[in-house]
Amino acid sequence: MTFRRDNHLNEKLAALLLEREVEDFIVREAALLDEWRLDDWLALFAEDARYLVPATDLPDGEPKETLAIINDDMARLRGRVERLKSRHAHREFPWSRTRRFITNVRIKEIRGEEIVAEASFLVYRIRSGQVDPLIGSYVYTLRRLDGALKIASRKAVLDLEALRPHGTVSIIL
Amino acid sequence: MDLEKLIDENRFGGVFRVHRSAFTSAEISDLEQANIFQRCWLYLGHESELPNTGDFRRRTVAGQPLFWVRSSDGRVRVFYNSCTHWGANVCRVDEGNAELFQCFYHAWTFNNQGDLVSVPDEAAYGEGFHKQAMGLASPPRVDNYRGLYFVSFNRDVEDLVSYLGDAKEYIDLILDQAEEGWRVVPGTQKYSVRANWKMFSLNSLDSYHVRPLHSTFFKYTESLGPGDPPPLAPTAFPGPQGRSLSLRNGHGIDVFPSLARARPIAHWHPILGEESKEEIRKRRARLVEKFGAERAYLMCNTNRLMLIYPNFALHDIAGVSLRYFEPVGKEYMEVTVQTLAPSDESAGLLNRRLENFLSFLGPGGFAHPDDIEAMESAQLGFRAGGPEWIDASRGMLREATALDELHVRAFWRQWHADVLGDAKARLNHDALDGEREVSEDTKK
Repeated sequence: MTFRRDNHLNEKLAALLLEREVEDFIVREAALLDEWRLDDWLALFAEDARYLVPATDLPDGEPKETLAIINDDMARLRGRVERLKSRHAHREFPWSRTRRFITNVRIKEIRGEEIVAEASFLVYRIRSGQVDPLIGSYVYTLRRLDGALKIASRKAVLDLEALRPHGTVSIIL
Repeated sequence: MDLEKLIDENRFGGVFRVHRSAFTSAEISDLEQANIFQRCWLYLGHESELPNTGDFRRRTVAGQPLFWVRSSDGRVRVFYNSCTHWGANVCRVDEGNAELFQCFYHAWTFNNQGDLVSVPDEAAYGEGFHKQAMGLASPPRVDNYRGLYFVSFNRDVEDLVSYLGDAKEYIDLILDQAEEGWRVVPGTQKYSVRANWKMFSLNSLDSYHVRPLHSTFFKYTESLGPGDPPPLAPTAFPGPQGRSLSLRNGHGIDVFPSLARARPIAHWHPILGEESKEEIRKRRARLVEKFGAERAYLMCNTNRLMLIYPNFALHDIAGVSLRYFEPVGKEYMEVTVQTLAPSDESAGLLNRRLENFLSFLGPGGFAHPDDIEAMESAQLGFRAGGPEWIDASRGMLREATALDELHVRAFWRQWHADVLGDAKARLNHDALDGEREVSEDTKK
């Protein structure tokens, strides 16, 4: 038995390695969040990055002109992290336990140094006798800077019809 | 619990406390449904949500499925979302545009004025069947004040304007700020709180908690640098301490100077962006010209936390927000939040308005998640067997400042009268100044 020569083998290997790298990046990021290593997590972002959670009734809403749940630039994202570390973010003090299950990672588009990737998430938040699952999908724009991947934008689109009975997005989703 | 003793009040001694069963009793929760939610005017939506004929939206009000429509004749109508045949929902999406609503069960079809226009195999019905009487049913009362629509399930409810009492003046003060009118910004924050619905009414009025509970928010905004210095107040009202006021019929308001903080309508702060300075200052100048220095000051340089009794909070702080909340049982509520923007606002300022809104408000903001935590924590605390009361006497023996609880007491008095079924107490409150008490002759 012989293998047919594949003229595109290098190309396919490169695509596979990139897929592996992106998936690895997202899974490691999730672990940082589950471990509440928020400063390490912040270091994954490019300086012009955005973190967005659209409203549940408008998952495709443009946050400049529609009401979202979260629309952070880096100043607000740093403020969010500082707040979560302060002991005065009462919804998250003490911190909730979270466990993130991230699957179905796929690369949607490559434009120059930027990679658009999507993934499905199931994030459990556990606190005060309540177990609240947050379900949805991520849309990442990752950018290669000095060889490493950085987050240029990170959107968490909820499939939930409402934050009920969750009440809030008080963790980093 | 003796219902008459749910509130322990001594006006002269500065005592006002409410029995905790108000938050935990199933009997009281049932009475509230019957005496408050089936009797008051309840907020439904803003006219800008139905801009075109045929536009419709679904709503749940007091647990009842409704939808409201701008009919082909231009009139706004509200229908119970239930087919007159076997009851299924005839409107099965949250919003859209339609001339006809066809029930998916047996294909009965209604036009957007509610008339039953088509019944498959109609010949099978006898002479007792009157198609013209089988149109979609509507709640007995629907009305709007300046585009804010309310419904009531009580045919005999007083007219909306008189129900709004003195809240009307403050609605005007908010709505007059946008020269070309307001529109609801698309995108709805829908969430829940594991607490009795009244915790949201109370928290919506309360400023006493703001500094201790929301310290992280202030730390963040202060890190952005100072806003424009506030102008000298041209009026003694509300004064540097602000005021808490009863607006009659259970409505209340907290009014206080916004100082150097952002007000996207007309006071600049770095959170609104360098590029918005000019637009904001010009708008303020126009408002001064149109309404005079005093009224413009109230519009541009004071914040308002207003509660329209029982369950509609209209907040004019960090933008204008509409929040309405539905009790679901005695220890859970569903909350809906929308925000308004001037219909002629530039894209840049609208963006900044929304960013400013999100930094404080909403289920992912820097402040509101902690309100939700506090409400839920109080509800858990009510399970404790020891203390029987919550205290609401703050500022009772002085002219109430914004940090006092005068409006909270006004809410409770109306609530108590309603729970007792004594609607006449509704009319017995005195004017804007000073403590507003139920007059002696209606006291139990």
